[in-house]
Amino acid sequence: MTDILDHQIAEPDSLANPRHDWASDNARRRIKKRYGRDRLLRAFGLGAVITALMLLAILIASLTYTGYVAFYTTKVKVDIFLDPQIIDKENPGKTKYRKITKQAFYAYFPDVKNRKDKRNLSKILSSGAQYIVRDYVVAHPEKIGETVTINLPLSDPFDQLHKGVIPRWIDAAGKNGGNGEKMLNPRFKSEKVLVWFDNLVARDMLSSPFSWELFVNADSRFPELAGLAGAFTGSLLALLVCFLISFPVGIAAAIYLEEFAPKNRFTDFIEVNINNLAAVPSVVFGLLGLAVFINFFGLPRSVPLVGGMALALMTLPTIIVSTRAALKAVPPSIREAALGVGASRHEVVLHHVLPLAMPGILTGTIIGLAQALGETAPLLLIGMNAFIPSIENLGLMEPATALPTQIFAWGDSPERGFVSRTSAAILVLIGFLVMMNLVAIYLRQKFERKW
Amino acid sequence: MNMNVETPKEPVDAMTFQLPEELQVKVKTRDVNVHYGEKQALFDINLDVPANHVVSLIGPSGCGKSTYLRCLNRMNDIIDIARVSGKIELDGLDIYDKNIDVVELRARVGMVFQKPNPFPKSIFDNVAYGPRIHGLADNKTELEEIVVTSLQKAGLFDEVKDRLKDSGTGLSGGQQQRLCIARAIATRPEVILMDEPASALDPIATAVIEELIDELRQNFTIIIVTHSMQQAARISQYTAFFHLGYLVEVGDTEQIFTNPVDRRTQDYITGRFG
Repeated sequence: MTDILDHQIAEPDSLANPRHDWASDNARRRIKKRYGRDRLLRAFGLGAVITALMLLAILIASLTYTGYVAFYTTKVKVDIFLDPQIIDKENPGKTKYRKITKQAFYAYFPDVKNRKDKRNLSKILSSGAQYIVRDYVVAHPEKIGETVTINLPLSDPFDQLHKGVIPRWIDAAGKNGGNGEKMLNPRFKSEKVLVWFDNLVARDMLSSPFSWELFVNADSRFPELAGLAGAFTGSLLALLVCFLISFPVGIAAAIYLEEFAPKNRFTDFIEVNINNLAAVPSVVFGLLGLAVFINFFGLPRSVPLVGGMALALMTLPTIIVSTRAALKAVPPSIREAALGVGASRHEVVLHHVLPLAMPGILTGTIIGLAQALGETAPLLLIGMNAFIPSIENLGLMEPATALPTQIFAWGDSPERGFVSRTSAAILVLIGFLVMMNLVAIYLRQKFERKW
Repeated sequence: MNMNVETPKEPVDAMTFQLPEELQVKVKTRDVNVHYGEKQALFDINLDVPANHVVSLIGPSGCGKSTYLRCLNRMNDIIDIARVSGKIELDGLDIYDKNIDVVELRARVGMVFQKPNPFPKSIFDNVAYGPRIHGLADNKTELEEIVVTSLQKAGLFDEVKDRLKDSGTGLSGGQQQRLCIARAIATRPEVILMDEPASALDPIATAVIEELIDELRQNFTIIIVTHSMQQAARISQYTAFFHLGYLVEVGDTEQIFTNPVDRRTQDYITGRFG
């Protein structure tokens, strides 16, 4: 109390002489404090940015670290005699190639006689190897009767072993108490198969070419053959449907709300709800799609049409909100100018406001679509996580899967190869998102105009 | 300073001034009231605008002169809360009549705004836009003719004839405003409304615009809102003084500036408020 009184008594003096002493210690300290706070704020901001960047870098680095091995496949060069006795020349696609493939591979290990050993030996090759031979013959029917060299993928454990992802021996700790004992990795049947594998390595039959399978194959039970083509096509189809629905509907709704709707309780209510919709969890939109499109309208499950429609529900609020913001950002002077020369309201919107708002609208749309591309939950609910082993039968009304659901499915698989495949698929998805954002930036800069 | 200003409680009759008989009345305003929601912005405005003359609307900020101007081409329609009552006639035709097409009205009553607002399109398209949407030209040659004539009348043609394809927003401020005038006259209006057309321009550009307004008087009736009393004195034949939503005094420009009847007019033109 006395302090305050003293202060008040001191006040009149300083008022009597209003000139502030900028050189006083107090003033200096205050200035110093101010700058200190400036620096603190800047340091906090910078720290936040650096943290975010570091987390992103860690994410990308870990994905790359686990995922890069999926970009190449271990393959073994095998000479195969395309026996005209076995292969049906008229219809080479119908023949069973399992035997031809196995026999050709056994030929490299003449010592292996025992049936059980042979079976184990054949497990070094991917189970899909026979289909690769089949596809080769179908593509080159003139080679029937000749001996050809085909690069066949190894099965997953050997692929991973060659890539150095899994060890041959593991600690037996899990089994009998951790006394430093080693045991054979249970992914391998016996030590013999490892000997055979080393034999292949020694004979320089193995190579690690770039894995086109990852991009051109559809899904497979065998990780060495599983690819993203099916999921990619499914995602594209769903996004196309999503775009075709949400873009026109979103823009129309935004134009109505922004340019034509009267400002009253009802439109306020709509506005609040659209903003709320943008924050609704995507799984809810999936449920809505399930209930309305599949259960009520009886559309088939798992198809990109329904997936796209569910994603469109989710994207619509984003597009409406960003379009309204873009329309609002068009200066009123342009509207007045157009009205002033006698343009009708639709001419004002279509000739002037919409073209000027286009960069913003496109940016918002692409960001909405990028969100939709990465969305998993609604697709899972409408069943768009089908197992698609072939890209031949893909269409709007055919069962399909999408990139995020494919990642989800792979991430759930026990085979070691799917671990790196999952990371690689995430990298592909992220690459796709980055590309979409680059397109958004490009469009924004291209259409940006000054007024 | 403001002590001298008495807020009028009763509507003021500004009709003490009569236009000379021989002048044709182009725009006739009778008892116009404008409300923005609860707030009344204009009170019982009565004003006759003679054809082929320049009429200045002056008054302090917020006095309603722009509001009045925007009534004349129904620009207030786009403001939801604005309500206009009374009668405004263009050549004897009530422009607030239900049968009046507001699009046609705005073609007949052009407008130039305070800030130059060319469309972010080419110079040619800026001028050609109005004629195009109203179908004033039957073919390309006619359209080009309209554009060239409009630009010539706006005194801009010689400066831009080599770059009609360039963006209108790339011109200087004064040029942009003349482009807006060209755009306004391209729809062949009868009346041009100007809302402080020179307030965003430098003195030289302003002088060019003022000269232009004087020339345009031959073909158009011009109603101009201005903050600059010198400008009003230079370019207009008649001046109307607005204050707090009332039309306080109308008269010959010379008479208004030399011998105003109302005390408020006198206070304003002598710079005691505003």
